[in-house]
Amino acid sequence: MSILQWTWLVVGATFALYIYIAWRSRVADVKGFYVAGSAIPPVYNGMATAADWMSAASFISMAGLISFLGYTGSMYLMGWTGGYVLLALLLAPYLRKFGKFTVPDFVGDRYYSNSARTVALICAIFVSLTYVAGQMRGVGIVFSRYLDTGINTGVIVGMIIVFCYAGLGGMKGITWTQVAQYLVLIVAYLIPAIALAYYFTGWPIPQIGYGASMITGPHAGQYLLDALNMIHKEFGFQAYTSAFGPGQKSMLDMACITIVCMVGTAGLPHVIIRFYTVPSVKAARSSAGYALFFIALLYTTAPAIAVFARYNVLGTINNKAYTEAPQWFKNWERTGLVAWLDKNNDGIIQYRPGAGFKGAPKFKEGTGTVGQRLVENEPTKDQNELYIDRDIIVLANPEIAGLPNWVVALVAAGGLAAALSTAAGLLLVIGSAISHDLYFRMINPKASERTRMMLSRVMIGVAICVAGYFGINPPAFVAQVVAFAFGLASSSFFPIIIMGVFWKRATKEGCIAGMILGMGFTAYYIIHTTFMGAKPWCFGISAEGIGTVGMIINFVAMYVVSLVTPPPPQEVQDMVERIRYPRGAKAASDHGM
Amino acid sequence: MEQDKAKLVAYWHENLVIIFVHLLVWFLVSYGFGIILMKPLNSFHLAGFPLGFWFANQGSLVIFVIMIFVYCAFLNRLDKKYDVHEE
Repeated sequence: MSILQWTWLVVGATFALYIYIAWRSRVADVKGFYVAGSAIPPVYNGMATAADWMSAASFISMAGLISFLGYTGSMYLMGWTGGYVLLALLLAPYLRKFGKFTVPDFVGDRYYSNSARTVALICAIFVSLTYVAGQMRGVGIVFSRYLDTGINTGVIVGMIIVFCYAGLGGMKGITWTQVAQYLVLIVAYLIPAIALAYYFTGWPIPQIGYGASMITGPHAGQYLLDALNMIHKEFGFQAYTSAFGPGQKSMLDMACITIVCMVGTAGLPHVIIRFYTVPSVKAARSSAGYALFFIALLYTTAPAIAVFARYNVLGTINNKAYTEAPQWFKNWERTGLVAWLDKNNDGIIQYRPGAGFKGAPKFKEGTGTVGQRLVENEPTKDQNELYIDRDIIVLANPEIAGLPNWVVALVAAGGLAAALSTAAGLLLVIGSAISHDLYFRMINPKASERTRMMLSRVMIGVAICVAGYFGINPPAFVAQVVAFAFGLASSSFFPIIIMGVFWKRATKEGCIAGMILGMGFTAYYIIHTTFMGAKPWCFGISAEGIGTVGMIINFVAMYVVSLVTPPPPQEVQDMVERIRYPRGAKAASDHGM
Repeated sequence: MEQDKAKLVAYWHENLVIIFVHLLVWFLVSYGFGIILMKPLNSFHLAGFPLGFWFANQGSLVIFVIMIFVYCAFLNRLDKKYDVHEE
């Protein structure tokens, strides 16, 4: 069977499975809808959390990104896993004991203030919408490459599928579907990695393989990483395992970005909400452990894929005549994600440091002397002639490794599973934020369950349409907006939740001052440096990492302002006292403790 | 009642110490070994991996996972010791 037929078959089968699971676990009450009745066993909740967390970006883009960044890419590996340690130690058990549905719920009750609740609500919606748009885009890309449908059709099909199971089953439906999606995506990620590791080093475990010696090719007998470093030097790149050199990030900047990734993860509402779905405080702690185990399975494989791919790209393309380039190179050139500009007209692909030409490639009609697509971008002065989009590293992997067609199809289904599972979790946060936090808690506390369920479903529908719109018409600044989301999550939610649990004296005024100053500074810095073109003026920290400074400002402001304002009311202090001890945790609910 | 209260305070303090020790390890393996001490550690090797690079790429992640389960085990014992565990 061809790749196309295989892809239809595998994607169709997985979609049917997701819908079937959602149908089996449909719910009719708010408790089931928002927090799956707090009855998900921790291992499964861990898998669901992993699928929820690992987005199209983790699955499709991350290994590619690391492949180009080398050692510096570790900031994403440590950053997007280390946050779970913070969750398990500092947040999950206490929020679970607190036992409400959402993050704005906690903020509003702990800080006895509807203004704080509102700020939290707006942040939750903004962060979630930003994210969901990126997922829809991911769905579109996979559809257009593998199913020949065009990006827009892909986005619309994705929208319908997500609405079916998020709207029908709420958190319960989403959770069980995510368990299935996790299994699909991890198998799809591991198979090509294992095949590559085995091919290069004879080790079937990628995590070990990329530190082993090679058994094939011109560098047989050498350690793979040594060989890669050597090739890097030969072509003028910084060594793959080197750090903090010219053109690389500074130590401070890398540390700041790692902190933002960790703290941002721990402050993302769709991650936090997962710890309301388990039956007990004990389960909330271990659930974070299982989640990280399932995430780490993919995250420790990613740097291995990055190394194999880097070696492949440099070894099979660089200094080769275009006419002898491998087939996958030409397949992806057709999609426009690979481009070659023959600056010195020698018909040979020279891949060197630097961007070969300005911006993403634009093509003109016709082909060049050796059959390549013609790029019309303005060339730069450096000697590099090659553009490779980092998103193709994972998707092209099976083709590069010469794996059978069904593996290619499985990778496509894995990418879709990653995008859909994350989108569903985010949509639920948006739906519950509006129907629960805004409507039920602030506008109409007498609303019946029926009305609230109805409103949730409608809001999920609206959110899908907004996300779909951005998926079809992506704003030019998606990457910056994601940096924004992480910066905001780390400079707002994280400090106020931590202080709320660990410091009884934290007051409403402190919380509001902390959020406004922390977020205000972070937002200003990001806008100033990315949209208004200012140099990163705060110790050279880039926009991605500035949330660290915002977080510190939040903590300090909160501490100072809390001390000069009257202490919180006794019942709030008693509540903080109670959430510290596990006994007496009930299923999450919408009234009382 | 007074005694109960003192017991709960003791529980919380012990919990804070456990959290602090775990956060220390968390910081050490990622920011310490993986970033700040990365260069000096790279002169040691673990098979083909320079050691600092390995901590940043693999080691810290593996230790994170183990750490959470160790923390769970500590806390489960602590909950029982102070009789605050869930029925």
